[in-house]
Amino acid sequence: MKSKENIGSIHKTIDAYRPIVGDEAIDELHIIAKKLKGKSIQNINSTSFGGGVAEILSRVVPLMQDLGLEIWWDVIKADARFFEISKRIHNALHGVDISLSHQDLKYFIEINYSNTQNIKRWADIVFVHDPQPIALIKKKRKLKNKWAWRCHVDFSFPKASVWRFLKRFIEKYDVSVFSAPSFSHRLKVRQVLIWPSIDPLSDKNRELPREFIDNILERFRINKEKPIITQISRFDYLKDPFGVIRAYKLVKKYVDCQLVLAGGGAGDDPEGKKVLEKVKKEAAQDRDIFVLHLSPNSHLEINALQRASTVILQKSLREGFGLTVAEALWKEKPVIASSVGGIPLQIVHKYSGILTYTTEGTAYWIKQLIHEPEYAKWLGKRGRLHVKNNFLITRHIQDYLLLFLSLYNPGDVVYL
Amino acid sequence: MEKFYFYTKITQVELLGRIARNVKELLEGIKIVPSASIYHHTHRFLQQHQYFSPEHPNDFSYWITMNLGLKKLGEKIAAVDIMKFSDIEDLRHAFVLILEDFIKETPRLRSCIPTEEFRFLSSRMFVLPTPFVARNLEEFLDCLKKITIHSLYFHVFEARLRLKKPDNDFSCWLRNAGYIDLAKSISRLDVYTYTLEGLRKKIISLVNDYLSSFK
Repeated sequence: MKSKENIGSIHKTIDAYRPIVGDEAIDELHIIAKKLKGKSIQNINSTSFGGGVAEILSRVVPLMQDLGLEIWWDVIKADARFFEISKRIHNALHGVDISLSHQDLKYFIEINYSNTQNIKRWADIVFVHDPQPIALIKKKRKLKNKWAWRCHVDFSFPKASVWRFLKRFIEKYDVSVFSAPSFSHRLKVRQVLIWPSIDPLSDKNRELPREFIDNILERFRINKEKPIITQISRFDYLKDPFGVIRAYKLVKKYVDCQLVLAGGGAGDDPEGKKVLEKVKKEAAQDRDIFVLHLSPNSHLEINALQRASTVILQKSLREGFGLTVAEALWKEKPVIASSVGGIPLQIVHKYSGILTYTTEGTAYWIKQLIHEPEYAKWLGKRGRLHVKNNFLITRHIQDYLLLFLSLYNPGDVVYL
Repeated sequence: MEKFYFYTKITQVELLGRIARNVKELLEGIKIVPSASIYHHTHRFLQQHQYFSPEHPNDFSYWITMNLGLKKLGEKIAAVDIMKFSDIEDLRHAFVLILEDFIKETPRLRSCIPTEEFRFLSSRMFVLPTPFVARNLEEFLDCLKKITIHSLYFHVFEARLRLKKPDNDFSCWLRNAGYIDLAKSISRLDVYTYTLEGLRKKIISLVNDYLSSFK
């Protein structure tokens, strides 16, 4: 039996991606990386573990080093008060009505300024991630180097006062980077679009032996002979788990199927706990609904559940980029998702997945895809190709390399 | 015979921070955005969805149809024959005329729902060399089979409209080498109605046919 311990791991160098994206894509990365020879690059963010930014940096930085770049990653030093303020800034960027006093903002800037002293080594290109270290830009005047600011959060509807506060820093950078067109605003500084990505070699996305997948289904007592509808997400109202259950119940009248709701997020989040309990209660009467509260490092389990699914849902009411969609598409699964956040960038309706707006619409398409497995397969294949072309980590690295090069090469057409 | 060096390109997408909620705002945007933005919105689909021919060949038509629900106008914008234009400014003007006509004839303009605004983007192109070089027609055919679709895209689409060359790179090279008829037949293709893989197959078959006619 293949257990989590003995399915092995893949040593990741940039060349490990050749079989997935092709030699040309990797050769191009080498060509572009050579053009950055002699330029050092420094990433700065606020945490070395936990959260999407640390996750992506922990993958991207070693791969860029493998491409021969002098690149490293620094983390700012800050105390609990700073993080409490930056959390409020983060929430305000998501449109939450919070207040930040003059003292709060002053402290936020002070901690940034003290970090300009703590950081001993500065690169030719300083790549700052997210709002927490944004005020480090003060150092630019003295260093006279290039600075880029990467916004990883949904910036669609920020609170005006917080936006004004951040804008004065953003406009001092040489370039800003956003994850989706809807996150951009009118700014005096150049704005580049760089989509987030998934790593096809990570535990969450790598190929798995059939035996391992079956083993996971057995562990959760899921019947592999019956269609499986799955939504992987935090237990959060915005992911609409109750809408998912309603859609499943509409389908269940006609199709004997199972529903898997799997995810984390209920550990230290009081609202998450409440949602999880309510979902469990809602599902209690139906033995074909599996509510799985998984630990944050259950990547292989999630991978296996996605691969075992007949249809995958992402019925969010609001979404940042919604990379779980790309993860499902990468596994050639037919995906039905709400047309919110970054999801329409990943799904072209009826070509690489299905976009829906209502519970009834979701139920209708679940039935269609279960009854038309050939079409479902066709969608999944196109979805995987779309992800391969647009949402893999190698494309992300390519975009970063171009970003750095563009700091030295103005003009619409650049010959390398 | 001069060698043909195959290049490829990578695109960096830029956000202009400008939005449109209705046809009037779309028109205002189309009038003033950089030409690289018009190019981006009329060519993005070809590159991002390489494995099928998109129903809406440009972003303007897609948005007008899907987000404003104006099917007739969307179809008019979709039907603008990009092949006819060798200058982005003329293409821009064609869109402007259609939108101005629509505004004149429409007393009340509808707006899209919030979050579905049209967002103007632009793009920069980075051109890279590839290992493929052709010294004759046989080698050219061989390279056509091996290059990436991005390389094909660069020589066919970017060359003409963005780099303002008189024709696509393949036809220019073939014409200089004396293969006038073959150059002409590649020139005559409506490249916007093929997928990139379909276009590769078509050009390969034209070259193949040409070579077999001499055997």
